[in-house]
Amino acid sequence: MKHALVLCAALGLAAGLAGQPVSAQSEDRTAAEFDKFREVLEEANPAELWEVKGEALWKTKRGPKNASLEQCDLGLGPGVVKGAYVQLPRYFEDTGKVMDVEQRIVHCMVTLQGFKFEDLAKAPFSRGDYTPDPVSLVTYVAGQSREMKIAAPQSHPQERATYEIGKQIFFYRAGPWDFACATCHSEDGKRIRTQNLPNFTKPGESAARGYIGWPGYRMTGGVMHTLQWRMNDCFRQQRFPEPGYASDTIAALLTYMAVNANGQTYRGPGIKR
Amino acid sequence: MNRAIVFAGLAAVVAGCAGMQGETAYHEQAVAMMKRDFHTRGIAQVDRLNQDELQRVCTQYGDHPPADVEKRLEAVEMASIKLPADGKYMGDWKRGQRIAADGRGMTWSDKPGVSGGSCYNCHQLSPRETSFGNVGPSLRAFGKTRGFTVENQKYVYQRVSNSKAFVLCSAMPRFGHSSTLTEEQIKDVVAYLMDPNSPVNQ
Repeated sequence: MKHALVLCAALGLAAGLAGQPVSAQSEDRTAAEFDKFREVLEEANPAELWEVKGEALWKTKRGPKNASLEQCDLGLGPGVVKGAYVQLPRYFEDTGKVMDVEQRIVHCMVTLQGFKFEDLAKAPFSRGDYTPDPVSLVTYVAGQSREMKIAAPQSHPQERATYEIGKQIFFYRAGPWDFACATCHSEDGKRIRTQNLPNFTKPGESAARGYIGWPGYRMTGGVMHTLQWRMNDCFRQQRFPEPGYASDTIAALLTYMAVNANGQTYRGPGIKR
Repeated sequence: MNRAIVFAGLAAVVAGCAGMQGETAYHEQAVAMMKRDFHTRGIAQVDRLNQDELQRVCTQYGDHPPADVEKRLEAVEMASIKLPADGKYMGDWKRGQRIAADGRGMTWSDKPGVSGGSCYNCHQLSPRETSFGNVGPSLRAFGKTRGFTVENQKYVYQRVSNSKAFVLCSAMPRFGHSSTLTEEQIKDVVAYLMDPNSPVNQ
């Protein structure tokens, strides 16, 4: 009840903010307002609703094989969820490749529970009242790494190679508008309209800015989104064709981003504009 | 001692070559991966992944190609610009304003033939519009500062049509070359920047 009240008050504040004209000059002030808003929401972070839902999905026997995900290996051994999120993407012996968190969870849903990948890939992004199960599961897993340092491993040769491939994808210019990820995301202090653009080429706090806020409750639409959606929508705006859901391209790009964010503290599933 | 230095130098060269080879190999793997993973959606055909020479060169040299390559390809881009047959560069600044603010076009969720110029995404223009990006330079008071000359009108027409004719690896899309904007739309954008009555010049 208390949570609900705080949430309503916070959303009211957000609605007030959204109604005001935003100027580039007042961007700092707007950012400060949003920080305040985030603080208010810390008492009742909407993402927690999806964490709870995801935890139930993780522990419930489901799918054609009537199994839970409690034997799913996210890299720290079967069933270990605590701290797994901040140590992904990583190399997995059983698939012989580097996988990101959502790709790995979907892999477990297929191998352990018997779901079909094609079915999971049909409508993989949140919309209206619909939240795909992998989104809730990623949110739950992410919540179990709250306040931990990002530590995407680079010890396996495949992890180092995947980082380099992700970097190549990041700098690849193509499409009708000649864009690469790097066209907008390789300098500090840049904006599209009033939206700040994180610089992913600068390891540390700068690169982490665009990585550690996910998965996030997005005020636009009021839905929960993961990095799979974020990458998909970035490529759309890059005027590229569509990348496959939970594909190796996304895993490689996320490896580049995660490793550049290494050492920064992961605050847990958050709130996005 | 000398031998040690020569040997160290040689080792560095060999390591450098290995690094170069590694980068090329990673690039090839990245391209193969993308071609495997992307699919056509709406108007965004999968062949958009294929780079033209400019995109390939800018990717290869991290947007800083050697000067001779840069000059040669800029000339190619310049030659490809189609100037208006009627010799007029200026349209209607009011329409230009709408085009400058319109961020649609060329994504898989856009309809074919519906495009704006996305100018405000990256540039400051009119002082009345406070939501503007800064990936490109401010164009505030552009005509007023540079002079309302026909040469400048022509320059803006060319620059909007194909920015790469001026700076090969510019971040700015080739709005004419990519058929994002029509000749008439580009003229309207020119007017938005160059008409003395446009708010950009107030």
